[in-house]
Amino acid sequence: MLDTVDIQRQLSERFGQDTLHPQITADGLPTFWVPRDRILEVLGFLRQNSAPAYRMLYDLTAIDERAREHRPNQPISDFTVVYHLLSLFPVAEIRLKVALLEDDLSAPTATGIWPNANWYEREVWDMFGVTFNGHPNLRRILMPPTWKGHPLRKDHSARATEFEPLHLDPKRQDIEEDALQFKPEDWGMERESGDTEFMFLNMGPNHPSVHGVFRIVLQLDGEEIRGAVPDIGYHHRGAEKMAERQSWHTYIPYTDRVDYLGGVMNELPYVMNLEKVLGIEVPERVKVARVMLCEFFRITSHLMFLGTYVQDIGFMSPIFWMFSDRQKAYDVIEAITGFRMHPAFFRIGGLSLDLPNGWDRKVKEFIDWFRPRLNEYERMIVPNGLVIERSRHIGAYSQDEAIDWGITGAGLRATGVNFDLRKARPYSGYENFEFDVPLGHNGDCMDRLTVRIEEMRQSTNIIEQCMQNMPEGPYKSDHPLTTPPVKERTMHDIETLIAHFLTVSWGPVIPAMESSTMIEGTKGLNSYYSISDKHTMSYRTRIRTPSFAHLQQIPLISQGGLVADLVAIIGSIDFVMADVDR
Amino acid sequence: MIFGLSEHDIISIGLTAIRTLVILLGSVLVAAMMIWVERRLLGLWQDRYGPNRVGPFGLLQVVADMIKIFFKEDWIPPFADKAVFVVAPAIIMLTSMLAFAVIPFTPTWTVVNLNVGILFLLAMSSLGVYSVIFAGWASDNKYALLGAMRTAAQMISYEVFMGLSLLGVVLLAGSFNLGVIVESQRGMWNVIPQFPAFVIFFLAGCAEIHRAPFDLPEAEQELTSGYHTEYSGMKFGMFFVGEYLGIVLISCLVTTLFFGGWLGPWLPGFVWFALKAGFFMCFFILLRAATVRPRYDQLMAFGWKVLLPIAIINVAITGAIVVAQS
Repeated sequence: MLDTVDIQRQLSERFGQDTLHPQITADGLPTFWVPRDRILEVLGFLRQNSAPAYRMLYDLTAIDERAREHRPNQPISDFTVVYHLLSLFPVAEIRLKVALLEDDLSAPTATGIWPNANWYEREVWDMFGVTFNGHPNLRRILMPPTWKGHPLRKDHSARATEFEPLHLDPKRQDIEEDALQFKPEDWGMERESGDTEFMFLNMGPNHPSVHGVFRIVLQLDGEEIRGAVPDIGYHHRGAEKMAERQSWHTYIPYTDRVDYLGGVMNELPYVMNLEKVLGIEVPERVKVARVMLCEFFRITSHLMFLGTYVQDIGFMSPIFWMFSDRQKAYDVIEAITGFRMHPAFFRIGGLSLDLPNGWDRKVKEFIDWFRPRLNEYERMIVPNGLVIERSRHIGAYSQDEAIDWGITGAGLRATGVNFDLRKARPYSGYENFEFDVPLGHNGDCMDRLTVRIEEMRQSTNIIEQCMQNMPEGPYKSDHPLTTPPVKERTMHDIETLIAHFLTVSWGPVIPAMESSTMIEGTKGLNSYYSISDKHTMSYRTRIRTPSFAHLQQIPLISQGGLVADLVAIIGSIDFVMADVDR
Repeated sequence: MIFGLSEHDIISIGLTAIRTLVILLGSVLVAAMMIWVERRLLGLWQDRYGPNRVGPFGLLQVVADMIKIFFKEDWIPPFADKAVFVVAPAIIMLTSMLAFAVIPFTPTWTVVNLNVGILFLLAMSSLGVYSVIFAGWASDNKYALLGAMRTAAQMISYEVFMGLSLLGVVLLAGSFNLGVIVESQRGMWNVIPQFPAFVIFFLAGCAEIHRAPFDLPEAEQELTSGYHTEYSGMKFGMFFVGEYLGIVLISCLVTTLFFGGWLGPWLPGFVWFALKAGFFMCFFILLRAATVRPRYDQLMAFGWKVLLPIAIINVAITGAIVVAQS
């Protein structure tokens, strides 16, 4: 690919030919292995001086390579740290890898280049035991502080039955409780300053407005927030580890529950990623149906945001109205997919079922119902003086801050950055739809609110266009690895029968590959990075979720506000804890 | 003659005692019913049902809840200041119920016909602050403390405007006696000449009983339950009923001070009073369903920068007019 050649030329001019070791990946993303001692220079160069400049640290993760069999033309490595950078204008991605050996699992920290490397590096340490030298606070982030081992290592058990039975006796309970005790000194916080003694207020993991099991400890001077320490991991279910023991096909329902308000939206990057690798071209009908369902989920997710946000600032009624709208949307989704919140409807190479008879009537009913309701909400909420008082200039961040912290989705567009992946690099046929990308300019709670309201309207328009222009055709592509395979000819010849039997019982075998696919999810950019070792199960699945990055920024944007502002900020970010912890 | 009291005295003492009991029980009963009314009305406005299973229209839900709350464990957190923790909810009940003593429901139905009725009311509502502060302090819980801190600031500020807004009414009636104030509205309800005062009083009243949108002391989204976070069982129940007593009280006061109390054609006085008060009770609920909660500092700024000047100007103008007319 041209941009691979171009960036490789730039990098080798700067760092010399033998520093870089390119790797061909199935997704065609420029991928380079960089020696550990040069990685910071390379990252710094790519952020500032290359063309295009990869301004955003999109993802940082690791791979335990010790059990991997198929690594053609890759340097020796026990653990590989993977940096995934993103340039917004023009849209370009690059992947850098650092090989580490088991007896020296350490890499330099990138926190000096990107502030959001902090949590990602903690996660890699937590999950793989890779140390990042110079990291300000390298401690567990997702697992409990008392956990033994690093879960995403291949030698760590995956199933509860492989562990000793857990007994939460009072002694253990005390130990766990003590481990969670907040000590300001651990986070470099003062207990007092001058004549002010700070109050440390523990919010969550059970608190009405932390939206799930999110804990944040506040350093308060009166009610003013001086510092905040988010603590995540209470919703960690090991979604990435589970991918390593589910077949490629049976993992689809797990993806639904990552951003549990996103439903089929989560399946899209996962199945598109595999389709890209396998070279499956899905029929037009599938593309449009996928877009339609995804937009339905964007609406239900944004409605949830809108209702909870205004409830967080004390307006109790709208959430109930929005729940009835969501029910209407789920009625349509249920009629089409057979399930409401987590339909597991997309398949590798198509859909699970064709659209039912009369689906368009139900969709039209929803559009007719929802449009006036949305207008009414907008009239009621946006001009409301108290809503403005509580949201304007609250939790604001600039475009540069947003990009530095890996903020994507509505949070990024609220600052005025015109970046919507559906427009910038259309996938699944988004280029065929007419819709606008709403933008804000202050990057505050109010803009995040108005941007999402307008996005719902645009999503309704997209759904309407899907309804009017749904192509005829098959709902599954005719490809041997389409899952479950097309059954028509199975009873006619033995070869097809065998293939069918194997793909259904074992699941498809995906050739050895590495690939990632990004989409504009409900909360921001969401991507799946799958590595296959030519098995029926994934070797490693990395889920890059937007909420993880968004949450990390809370301490920065809540500084100096009041407790009530923090509640508004948390509400305006629109995160889902399952999306953060996976 | 018993204890130096004539038969007439005994009868009048007996009658007062009965009246007191009826008003006391009546107000608590209405407050309890308000819980049901609020839940049903909110349900209506929010496209849902609200309690509709226990008894006709779900009316017995309150009874069921009360029974449940009575049988709950009476738990006091080990870290709490026990005595103060227990006293706090009693204070709010006591002050709210005492305040009902001076309200003239009809020309004859008043417990005490105090000459300084309004001052008594203001005193009672001031005392109510202690309940919240004690509760927040004694709980030894940071959320409770923050709630109490907010309350102290909010209630003390809003008391100022509440008092000031009433001065206009007092000037017009020439008396602190609530009965006299009602009688003075025969020609025209006070709400017309004293409209700004009415608005201020209503807002301040809302803040006094910390109802939405002025429910910052117990803002669920921020402070879980604020000052009563640590309370459960009947002690929580007392705070809960205390809040609804507050609604009933403020509605009765608005009726008395600005809407001519029992005055009205055709229907008996008490019916008029109940209708007017009921309207305001429902209005409180509507307010809760339809407003956004301001931030603590915004609430204070609104009070001191907007309400205070209006209240003062109102008093000055009313005073000038009264002087000019006399």
